[in-house]
Amino acid sequence: MLRRKILGLICLLAFAFLAGCMSPPTGLDLSSRRPTEQRLYVVEVRSLANPIAVNKMHSWEAKVTLPTGEPVTGARIAVGGGMPQHGHGYPTQPRVTKELGEGRYLIEGMKFSMTGWWELKLDIASSAGADKVTFNTVIGQQ
Amino acid sequence: MKVILKAVLSAAIAVSTLIAAAASAVPWGGADGWSKQEISILASLRLSQLEPPPRDYSNRYESDPRAAELGKRIFFDKRFSSNGAVSCASCHDPKQQFQDGRPLGLGVATGTRRTMPVAGAGYSPFLFWDGRKDSVWSQALGPLEDPAEHGGNRLAFAHILRAHYQSAYESVFGPLPDLARLPREASPIGNDRQRALWAGMGAADRDAVSRVFANMGKAIAAYEKTLQHGESRLDRYLEAVVKRDAGSYQELTPSEKNGLRVFIGKGQCVTCHNGPLLTDQHFHNTGIPQLSDAKRDLGRRAGIAKVAKDEFNCLGPFSDAGEEHCAELRFLAGEDHSLDAAFKTPGLRNVAARAPYMHAGQKRTLAEVIEHYRNAPAAKVGHSELSKIALSDQEARDLAEFLRSLDGPVQERSAGR
Repeated sequence: MLRRKILGLICLLAFAFLAGCMSPPTGLDLSSRRPTEQRLYVVEVRSLANPIAVNKMHSWEAKVTLPTGEPVTGARIAVGGGMPQHGHGYPTQPRVTKELGEGRYLIEGMKFSMTGWWELKLDIASSAGADKVTFNTVIGQQ
Repeated sequence: MKVILKAVLSAAIAVSTLIAAAASAVPWGGADGWSKQEISILASLRLSQLEPPPRDYSNRYESDPRAAELGKRIFFDKRFSSNGAVSCASCHDPKQQFQDGRPLGLGVATGTRRTMPVAGAGYSPFLFWDGRKDSVWSQALGPLEDPAEHGGNRLAFAHILRAHYQSAYESVFGPLPDLARLPREASPIGNDRQRALWAGMGAADRDAVSRVFANMGKAIAAYEKTLQHGESRLDRYLEAVVKRDAGSYQELTPSEKNGLRVFIGKGQCVTCHNGPLLTDQHFHNTGIPQLSDAKRDLGRRAGIAKVAKDEFNCLGPFSDAGEEHCAELRFLAGEDHSLDAAFKTPGLRNVAARAPYMHAGQKRTLAEVIEHYRNAPAAKVGHSELSKIALSDQEARDLAEFLRSLDGPVQERSAGR
């Protein structure tokens, strides 16, 4: 256990050393399905490009449901975020361009300009109320 | 017995920890002193990994050899200027990798920005230091009508095309409009007289002349697309490392290798200077001093507003692209303060041959550039992304040495994919 921890620490340091950036903080929640802050919604996000290539325009999909699992349709979703460690946002302005049905929304204009830790922030408003959620994603070395 | 077992176990754990630590730091399975992780970064910098440039849907002529031939003639023709003495090549000099070695471009007057090299321009979704143009063809139109650069106007250019390039133009783009009844000069962004003359023209004539102007840009872009980087010493070295070809490890000197280590490591350069062109094609505020305190250069922040309303952009009437191919413009970044005084990350191929540096030539040498990154001064406008980097003087010298290994030819390849 100790050995694994030390190896992990060395790998983290090596990554930080090599990537030049600060490495992402430990214990980052990388789950792609999260409740919103006031628990009005449950949101699941996924990239439609796999693997995600740095500096390539691509789309994501967000699925919004109530805590009961019932899909939320007709929501207005604002997209934001960026790299907290670098103090900059996305190189583009991603936005929801269409509803795909069953509570799924297409987010176009996603682009990651570099590797590292990115936040994807969604502000969601519907008849169920206004709430927000932040997802963490770490874009790896290409 | 138990005590001895515990001691042996502890010793075994200690030794294997040391071995694991060594394994991460020292390249088992690596080459020429690089670890596997480092090699994966190095491999991504190779010119062989450069994909063909993305297709520019807004320019249907970009791969047309006759358009490229016309564009090349225009590129070198000084008649396309107000004083008959300035061509594209005046600043984009083929003998200096299509730039001019000056802090600011010098056309009919002195400009406000450093001339940028041309090879590889098609890989960037936005052109110029501030990204105010969204295609290589619309970029070419900027200097042509800029009062400090060519000082020209689109109607005068149309007359020149008719007088000297009629058959070459028409074989690519179809008939030139009838210009006989039109003034000698006019443009919506010229001097007072040119703007007045432009306003006095009929809408159909204005559209026709703007279209000829757009076609000029498309021909120039077709020529510029043929200008491509050739292999550098660094590429030969990187290929050797990736292929474990020890015979070619000496392509870089030990000092250059140390510089490369800094570049991908504590120097943090590869954060933005990545990929085979060593640029992320994006915009960053790195705290470079403003040229003039009186006139703030907001860089990308200002460029965003300009590209959004440019009549020659991807969504405009002279673009050949459908909306589905204009994603960069449709999802253009908004008013993000991190873009205040942010400028394009330049590619680094041939960088050592391309002093002075930065958007107005503010840094005279690579040593000055590296010193800037070491000190990471605060930005006077906006907020710098940099933080201080602890490099020894030797490391700073090695980094500068390494950058020389990026020198390579700029070659003209034949047009067409």
